[in-house]
Amino acid sequence: MFQSIGEILILLWCTLRTAPKIVHQRRKILEQLFEIGNASLLMACILSMFIGGVLALQSGPVLAERGLSTYIGGLVGLSVCKELAPVMMAIFIAGRIGSAMSAEIGSMRAYQEIDALRTMNIDPIQYLVLPRLVAISVALPLLVVFSILVGWFGGGLVSMSNQKIGVPFQAYFGHLRELVQVHDVANGIIKSFFFAVVIGIVSCHQGLQTIGGPRGIGRSVTKAVVNSIVLILILDYFLTRLLLYFNI
Amino acid sequence: MTVSTDPKHGVRVTASGLKKSFERVQVLKGIDLDIAAGEIFVIMGPSGSGKSVLLRQIIGLDTPDEGEIQIEGKPVRLGTIMNRIRLAIVFQSGALLNSLTVGENVGLYLSEHRLKTPPEIDRIVGEKLDLVGLRGIELRHPGELSGGERKRVAIARALAIDPQLILYDEPTSELDPIMAVTIAEEILKLKHRMGLTSIVVSHDRDLAFGVADRIAIMHAGSILCTGTPNEIRDSKDPIVQRFLTVELKREGERVL
Repeated sequence: MFQSIGEILILLWCTLRTAPKIVHQRRKILEQLFEIGNASLLMACILSMFIGGVLALQSGPVLAERGLSTYIGGLVGLSVCKELAPVMMAIFIAGRIGSAMSAEIGSMRAYQEIDALRTMNIDPIQYLVLPRLVAISVALPLLVVFSILVGWFGGGLVSMSNQKIGVPFQAYFGHLRELVQVHDVANGIIKSFFFAVVIGIVSCHQGLQTIGGPRGIGRSVTKAVVNSIVLILILDYFLTRLLLYFNI
Repeated sequence: MTVSTDPKHGVRVTASGLKKSFERVQVLKGIDLDIAAGEIFVIMGPSGSGKSVLLRQIIGLDTPDEGEIQIEGKPVRLGTIMNRIRLAIVFQSGALLNSLTVGENVGLYLSEHRLKTPPEIDRIVGEKLDLVGLRGIELRHPGELSGGERKRVAIARALAIDPQLILYDEPTSELDPIMAVTIAEEILKLKHRMGLTSIVVSHDRDLAFGVADRIAIMHAGSILCTGTPNEIRDSKDPIVQRFLTVELKREGERVL
């Protein structure tokens, strides 16, 4: 495990060292951004809508019983933007995009495409890892902003339509606006950026470590997704503590 | 066989005392080679004899445990050799990048290193594909090509580098006999036209004896003998004779 962490950190360092050549890779970054957005937007929308909805459904009646139903907007608003949207989107992207990244790079390694790049004096880190890391680091925070908005809307919809809660849309968003500050949204966006780096670097690392044929690729994909999710949840705790320390 | 007398484009490759092990299994057991500039040197041997491992050492994709490879008198080290010498390898699978079109694959070296403008790259790509008889397929993807076409595109990609040294890993494997002859003709044509040094790893006897200036026979990680095709054919070494006879029988069965 410690060896893997060390290798991942080295890969991250090597990728950051190639960052000055980012302009050369702009076409590939745009392709990756399109890939991530195109593959994830609809699913992210559905996922976020139901996350906001189920949160309102679970907490709304409890608050209503105690005469606190108007607080539902703030509760859903804060939970979604500070925790649920970044973590759930990161897990979703680890499964959807991280797996695709490790599978693609893994198959390139298994079928000697990476060796071919090396013989052409093309750095695989600059050519394969850098564009993916940049694209996911841009795309995930954007997806999280989108997810926050849809999650809030989902919560509002359930709060309005569920008879046990019965909070109108206006009251729901009124309290949400009152409680949720810009820095709360920034909290979620900052977290998602770090989660994106974790997903990107872990997935590319697993892809580059692939040994053997289809079985090896499958093993790399599983490892990439599982390791990303575990690291996201561990990192979430420490990032939350750090951001609380800085009052973000 | 006509041997090119213009070796100025090719490079000399030497290996001394190469040893390589994978998990206690010694794959290369002290290989010595001296390949002249402009020569077509074929390394033959049964599967598992260490041919492909040797090829990876020569190009610097792997480092030997012991011994040294030199190209033009300078040691090969991963990542630095490509800065000094233009070399290319045609992998057994072709190793074309599936996410790119054929044209992008062939022009990849030029575009990534920004050596030419896009119109110049298009022109060079067209020329190189023309050399391997595949002009007009620039916009197709590798997945749409046959095994033989993929190999020829891989050769075109190697040529776009304008290499001084080109290595072929089993260039005729998985190809029908007609396509195998086409590939052999390509190898010869390139040598005569450009005078580059070619190292071919193969267990295809027809290819080896058809194109080689010299042949080395590998067995269990060692080189049994090196010589011209005639010298190899006349070798008294029982392992060499057995290998050549078995290959001949296999080819006979394949034709039948």
